[in-house]
Amino acid sequence: MQGQGLLKGLGVTMKNFVRPVHTVQYPDRKVGLLGAAKRAGVSPFRFFADNPREGLKALLFIATVPERVQQAPRFRGNEFTWYEDRCTGCASCAKYCPLGIIKIVTHPGGIDVQEGESYAIDVFDIDIGRCMFCGLCVEACPYDALHMGSQFERGNYVRNDLVIDIEQLRSNLKRPSSWFRPQFEERKFDPFKGETVDDHYKAGRHEQPSPDELKERWVDGRK
Amino acid sequence: MSETILDSSLFRNVYCYVAGGSEGCVSHGYSEGFLPAGYEWLAFAITAAVLAILFIQGALGGVLALIWGERRILARFQNRVGPNRWGPFGSLTSVADAIKTMFKEDIVPDQADRFLFNLAPVIMVVPVLMVFAVIPIGVGTLVADLNIGLLFVIAITSASGLAIAMAAWSSANRIAIFSGLRAVALLVSYEIPMALSLLGVLMITGTLSMTGTIEAQDVPFIIVQPLGFLVFFLAALAEMSRTPFDLTEAESELAAGHLNDYSSMKFGVLFLAEWAATVAGAMIIATVFLSGWRGFSPIPSHIWFVGKVVAVIFLIIWIRATWPRLRIDQVLSLAWKGLFELTMINLIVTAILTAAMADREADGSLFSAGELWIMAAVNWAVFFPSVYLIGKLLASKPYEDDSSEPQELYPVATEEKAFEGAAD
Repeated sequence: MQGQGLLKGLGVTMKNFVRPVHTVQYPDRKVGLLGAAKRAGVSPFRFFADNPREGLKALLFIATVPERVQQAPRFRGNEFTWYEDRCTGCASCAKYCPLGIIKIVTHPGGIDVQEGESYAIDVFDIDIGRCMFCGLCVEACPYDALHMGSQFERGNYVRNDLVIDIEQLRSNLKRPSSWFRPQFEERKFDPFKGETVDDHYKAGRHEQPSPDELKERWVDGRK
Repeated sequence: MSETILDSSLFRNVYCYVAGGSEGCVSHGYSEGFLPAGYEWLAFAITAAVLAILFIQGALGGVLALIWGERRILARFQNRVGPNRWGPFGSLTSVADAIKTMFKEDIVPDQADRFLFNLAPVIMVVPVLMVFAVIPIGVGTLVADLNIGLLFVIAITSASGLAIAMAAWSSANRIAIFSGLRAVALLVSYEIPMALSLLGVLMITGTLSMTGTIEAQDVPFIIVQPLGFLVFFLAALAEMSRTPFDLTEAESELAAGHLNDYSSMKFGVLFLAEWAATVAGAMIIATVFLSGWRGFSPIPSHIWFVGKVVAVIFLIIWIRATWPRLRIDQVLSLAWKGLFELTMINLIVTAILTAAMADREADGSLFSAGELWIMAAVNWAVFFPSVYLIGKLLASKPYEDDSSEPQELYPVATEEKAFEGAAD
């Protein structure tokens, strides 16, 4: 019959009208009182009583809550987690970098902080403006000192700001990605819940040697 | 002051508050106003100004709400979220857009006919706003209960074609002129089925007044007059140039059509007039075919009316999200070969039915609900076969091309011909 297609088309669009939307409204989303209270983890009345200003905004559906899509734990983020106490200054990462964007300057005469002596590191620059996040530097690191990070919001106005220097590497929150680091997956570490790994012993693949083992290996063994 | 104007409660409440001591107001129970006797003309002017401001602001508010609602609903049809940042659910987005439009630079093209160019938005917007005066929004809530309400509406909305043609011609833009030509062709074609489809309703109600039409609808006329509703709805879509008849501003062909050279608030006014026409069209459909403000008791009449208008607008947006745009020849052949015949069938059937139940003419009373249901049954029985037949007719080719000679499809010159032409 004529006109059947018109009605069929109306049916198709109506099916899409009632279908839920899957848009993720990064970085934040407007919510009402119920949504805001649910995000804060309290009852709506408690939410309103605690913070009337936010509560009023939530009543008008103009309160905002942050929203982002769930990241994979092996996501190779761009801020690089570095454990200075694990690093010997061998510069393997700089040698393996296909783009040559890691610059390391060291001098001998370091301190005996780990297993034996290590170089003291003066400069450790990573130019992530040119980094392609292949992760070869992390693979190359023999001491699990360098890890991919978990962040991705690095918008900048000046290109030079994209160079991560040693101070930033020291002061960054230690949220290593579990990419090429199976130990984090075994320990169920999830950087995207805001967890950090501050203890450098836990960042490595190997068990921490006891003081006795250290003494046997490095003091008695060297006699 | 005539009694008919005072029958409108909206008018009466303002007028009699200002001049309560006048003759008509006393009979409606008002004791005295703050103007002394003899100043009825001033009270009339004040009331007219107040009602004009009220209705125009209401129409503008409705337009802003409609633009927001259309963007949200259309987004949902396309699996998007729609504007949601500014205000609750993005409801202030249209306000932001309006403010932005006001601060744009007002450009008049160099070769434009300045006078007509500036006049066109005014001519576009005034008739649309005048339509709102006769539409009853609730019980007694209307500016004027004209006894020729429907005729007034049909007459006054024809001016939009003039305005579009004026805007297109005066902006000295060939693309805009295409839009103007299409608008006039559309208007001339669709005025006829639009007016004829209302004749069936007029035969049943026996009045042109909007209030009278609503009072006659013991059964909504969408049930009693399905053919009339179909034709009127499609014709109204064409009149307010909505999809699938929006060839006046077919984006892929004409950019914005007659709006091409307009900027700033002149563009805003033209745009606003089009959207206000959509609101007005939905209101007329709700009044004539969906029994206007009538509904059951605990819900106030205004809410019923707004609900019906929103339902009609939703249907319009739904159609916009679904159907493709027709070509100009398809649109015109639909009007003349499809809708015109349907109105004729509707007219004949309704005339026979009205004559068969002719006892109304004796006492001038309206048809009862039972009689309306009988009419509805007959009309629905006629509806499906006639729509099927007309659909067949439209789909069939009008004539066979029986020329046996192979025709040259594209009149492209051969090389020889081109050389011949060059020799000349």
